[in-house]
Amino acid sequence: MIEAENISVAFGEAEALRRVSLSLRPGERLGLVGESGSGKSMLGLALMGMLPEAAQMTGRLAIDGHDLSRATDNEWRDMRARKVAMIFQEPMMALNPLRRVGDTVMEPLRLHLGLSKSDARRRALELFEETGIQEPEEKLRQYPHELSGGQRQRVLIALALACDPGILIADEPTTALDAHVALRITDLLTRLARDRGMVLVFISHDLAAVARTVETVAVMYGGEIVEKGPVAQVLSDPRHPYTKGLLHARPTITGGELRKRLPMIPGNVPALADLPHGCRFSGRCSVELPQCAEVRPALLGIGGLRACACHHVPEVVE
Amino acid sequence: MTRAINLRIGAGLVLVLTVAALLSLVWTPYDYTVLSVTQKFRPPSADHWLGTDQLGRDVVSLLMAASVNSLAVAFISVGIGGSIGTALGLTASAFGGWVETVIMRVADLGFAFPALLFAIMLAAAFGPSLTNAILAIAFINVPIFTRVARGAANQIWTRDYVLAGRAAGASQFSLTIDHVLPNISATLIVQATIEFAVAILAEAALSYLGLGAQPPMPSWGRMLNEAQTLMYLAPQLAIYPGLCIIAAVLGFGLLGDGLRDISDPRLARARA
Amino acid sequence: MSVLLDIRGVTRRYPRPRKQLFHHEEALVAVDNVTVQITQGRTLGIVGESGSGKSTLARMVMAFEAPDEGEVLFEGKNIHALGKRELQALRPEFQMIFQDPFGSLDPRRSVGWSVAQPLRAAGMKPDQALILKTLEQVGLRAADIDRFPHEFSGGQRQRIAIARAIVTRPKLLVADEAVSALDVSVRAQILNLLMDLQDEMGLGILFISHDLAVVSSLCDDLLVLRNGVVVEQGLAGDILNNPGHEYTHTLLTAAQLELQGEHAA
Repeated sequence: MIEAENISVAFGEAEALRRVSLSLRPGERLGLVGESGSGKSMLGLALMGMLPEAAQMTGRLAIDGHDLSRATDNEWRDMRARKVAMIFQEPMMALNPLRRVGDTVMEPLRLHLGLSKSDARRRALELFEETGIQEPEEKLRQYPHELSGGQRQRVLIALALACDPGILIADEPTTALDAHVALRITDLLTRLARDRGMVLVFISHDLAAVARTVETVAVMYGGEIVEKGPVAQVLSDPRHPYTKGLLHARPTITGGELRKRLPMIPGNVPALADLPHGCRFSGRCSVELPQCAEVRPALLGIGGLRACACHHVPEVVE
Repeated sequence: MTRAINLRIGAGLVLVLTVAALLSLVWTPYDYTVLSVTQKFRPPSADHWLGTDQLGRDVVSLLMAASVNSLAVAFISVGIGGSIGTALGLTASAFGGWVETVIMRVADLGFAFPALLFAIMLAAAFGPSLTNAILAIAFINVPIFTRVARGAANQIWTRDYVLAGRAAGASQFSLTIDHVLPNISATLIVQATIEFAVAILAEAALSYLGLGAQPPMPSWGRMLNEAQTLMYLAPQLAIYPGLCIIAAVLGFGLLGDGLRDISDPRLARARA
Repeated sequence: MSVLLDIRGVTRRYPRPRKQLFHHEEALVAVDNVTVQITQGRTLGIVGESGSGKSTLARMVMAFEAPDEGEVLFEGKNIHALGKRELQALRPEFQMIFQDPFGSLDPRRSVGWSVAQPLRAAGMKPDQALILKTLEQVGLRAADIDRFPHEFSGGQRQRIAIARAIVTRPKLLVADEAVSALDVSVRAQILNLLMDLQDEMGLGILFISHDLAVVSSLCDDLLVLRNGVVVEQGLAGDILNNPGHEYTHTLLTAAQLELQGEHAA
């Protein structure tokens, strides 16, 4: 279970995250979508206690009731060993090329759970089976370069699951994979979260992958959550101008309508230091009001489970 | 942090050395060519900061004048050897195939050939001279720079901007000049700085053996050689040039290491 | 419309590294007997995943490497049979945009230098007015000419790369994963720019991507490649509406935004 309240992360003057709040129940699958510089990866790192040293974090963060706002490196290390696990975009970089993948997966089992060598091996085999690795016995003995990209990502997922974490944070886990492999990895993540009652935070720029994997989606821009809600509702009926722009700018396969110009969001994603003070999207927004650049819109409930941070979208109190 | 300190110490030593060398071209405390029977073996004093040698020459003036010799030999030999080596390395990298194989095998042969032996050979054939010492030191630098340039250039050739240049229709030669050389220049400068230290040491060694600078040209290596026979009489005369050689080698070595750390983005990121 | 590029039965094999001393590995067939044409003013999309041979095909079209079998004709001339000089003279006619906007520009060269490179290489005078006009065409400002690549964002850098590719007014543009590294909002800008330039200059475009949605947004013709073999080819509309192969169907599924009914309001 994750409780995050008004998390801000700054590098000197530049704000990478501004007052982000999240609350996740066991088994819940949350998608964080956004473009580069949106803060989605930074939020993932903050939830893992893995922010760069230069970052100053404020706000309250608790995992399973433990307040981690002031946690030391040691407390975080303990937390990561048992409760929170993370997988990354490039599985090759995360695996030691000189070690058999079986040994890599067995290490935390022996170190953190104190299993004997044969027990650890048995458990690793089970994890390989659970993550759908074909011929798991043989794969245990192989080196990372002998596996395909999809298999390596499965090994990393198995490694992440080794200590039965309550929370799995997946940062762009499918970006480096081919489409058909990516489909199977997102299916696997969905199934694991469901079966294990595990919180899944799925970070991706790929709306299609997010739509397939999660229940709730948080759209991020300029270090803030600008819109949040059940994924089907947000993507079929976006309310924030940025979400709308993002969805429209996405090429879609609509039979017959070829060579159609895509609606664009003007300008470029601004650098952290150049973000406007008020609404982060001001300057690129098509429905901008004079106050938008100055006044920050709060993320307010807009009915149902949905929330939106825009001066144009009125709050709905139920 | 320690790397920045290395860089600073190295840069400081090199700066002092360079200033002393340049200054000696226009001014030294005394004329080091003037011999004086009455002034020999003087201890350090206000007149002669480091005393005088067995021929009554001012030691400070001699050391300063000799530093020009050391730096010039290093500069010329590394310059010649580095240029030829870089050209060979770039050629090997640009053409690939059998051209590369031939160049690199010849470079391997060069590596296997001891520089001192080559210098002695040159001295035997043409008589000992500073020019021959320079040629010998240049010679050892050729295969070093061939390897470094070729290795760095091979990496640049895989970059998309080089491919984009090919798509634009640029020839191998202009790709080498426009993209490859500028992008490996940092690597080459670092290597040259390190080779400077090696060259200064090599020059001192050759001069010590009498294969480098010939009298009356001042040289740290030769000063060391001449002081050797006077070890019990005036040990300081051997210590001063020795310290100068150490300072110069250390200075260029630290500077090269420091520069390499700066130019290596992997290390830079690890520090950030 | 005239045929610009005629790819005829092109095959490319790479030797596989030997695993055992006396065991002879069969060569890897990267591209297997591909035949396709690009006509003036139209876009051919090539879709495939990693290892499909799509980039190898692009490299052969750009004459960076030669096919083992078959030929590539540009306006009737076999580009792999041309002499060095003749090929260099033809280069201004077909240009390329690369995937990584951070790798395809020399960090030590200014925008103006990079954009003028194809002109210099072709022995033309780098005409300042032409360069400024080209920068404007791709949505950059005149003041950008003296700036360096690191001062630009990914999308802007891709614009610089496009400016370099069109400065010689080529007839064919090869785009290899040209928008894959870009953010969604910027990707739309670049795709639209390519379509605008095509209308303006009558370019033929060979557009290579792993993302069927991206390809479908600007292609007239489509070729689906898998392990070097053509799985499907024809009019983009026909294939997208009615994929004839299981593999094309998988690519379609991956590219489509499917909303899970169970969560819908």
